[in-house]
Amino acid sequence: MEFIMPLFACIIVAFGLIKRVPVFDVFLKGAKEGIQLLYSIAPTIMGLVFAVDLLRSSGAIDMLCSFIAPAAEFLGFPKEIVPMVLLRPVSGSGSTALLTSLYSDCGPDSFAGRVASVLAGSSETTFYAIAMYFGCIRVKKIRHTLLAAVIADLTAAVMSVLTVRLFFGY
Amino acid sequence: MLNFIWSGIIVISVLCSVFLGNTENLSKSLIESGSSSIELILTMAGILCLWSGIMKIAVESGLTAVFAKIFSPLLRPLFPKLDKNSDAFKSITMNISANLLGLGNAATPFGLKAMEQLHTLNNKSSTASNEMVVFVVMNTASLQLLPTTLAALRQAYGSQAPFEIIVPVWISSACALAVALILACSLNCSKPYRNTLINQKKAS
Repeated sequence: MEFIMPLFACIIVAFGLIKRVPVFDVFLKGAKEGIQLLYSIAPTIMGLVFAVDLLRSSGAIDMLCSFIAPAAEFLGFPKEIVPMVLLRPVSGSGSTALLTSLYSDCGPDSFAGRVASVLAGSSETTFYAIAMYFGCIRVKKIRHTLLAAVIADLTAAVMSVLTVRLFFGY
Repeated sequence: MLNFIWSGIIVISVLCSVFLGNTENLSKSLIESGSSSIELILTMAGILCLWSGIMKIAVESGLTAVFAKIFSPLLRPLFPKLDKNSDAFKSITMNISANLLGLGNAATPFGLKAMEQLHTLNNKSSTASNEMVVFVVMNTASLQLLPTTLAALRQAYGSQAPFEIIVPVWISSACALAVALILACSLNCSKPYRNTLINQKKAS
């Protein structure tokens, strides 16, 4: 699996060479856009890491987890990812901040760390996407969009636990 | 929305720490969070810039357009009323293929264009059309071939194999996408959700 990324990079660069694209110049242009993107999201990340750090050190997350833990444990859900399931559909950077605090607490290769990784990779900031796409054309009646999207998010949460159990043998 | 969440988190954590007698921890993390967030941003910077550079090559060499062509037959059945050669359908395929490649920033402009074109096809109605529902739902379920940012984060926190979660991510997001599409398409036809204003006008 570790070979997928280098292979992918190689295919892209080779395709660029065949199509006679000035690959390195284009790469530099893209990398610059990456820096600009990072520059524009940096304050958001800082603000949210700050908020999540406060929440974590105040003991509020532990309290929330201990409320939901019995139900989560019953369903085979690691209790550490409960806050992430709740925040993920609303805020991408906020759930990234939660993800990093979970990584530093449990480690990225722990059960909870892996489940959180899969969850982060397989769900989106649902509410944000819906607000943006329907907001830009001012459509108010979105019918069953939200229902389908939220159920999809729940599916992703359940599947992230199941797939990690299956692949890593917990 | 984030205004309320962010301020809510701060108020709740201060109240909580007073209530639980944790104020010392709180002031400690208040000082440390600044440097830890900068550290996080710097570790993410490397892989993010590298991949936006490589993905730029994919866009400029026309590889994303090739992808869009490959995916268009798969997307056809989801938008049966849409003309294959309409601008709306082309924008949709570009958006979905950019999303698949993890080019969120390239995908969004195509997505917004697609929504505008669908809006015109729907006679500018204030109610969402079937196609809009299916398209937005597809965008909320992220199907991504290479979760690079995620791998960068895992690496930053000392993972032994940052990409080991890639296949579980595919399976999990494919399931979420399937559920989303089945729900969206079947509810499109079911009575309480059916659209009264079905568009007949097709794009030129």
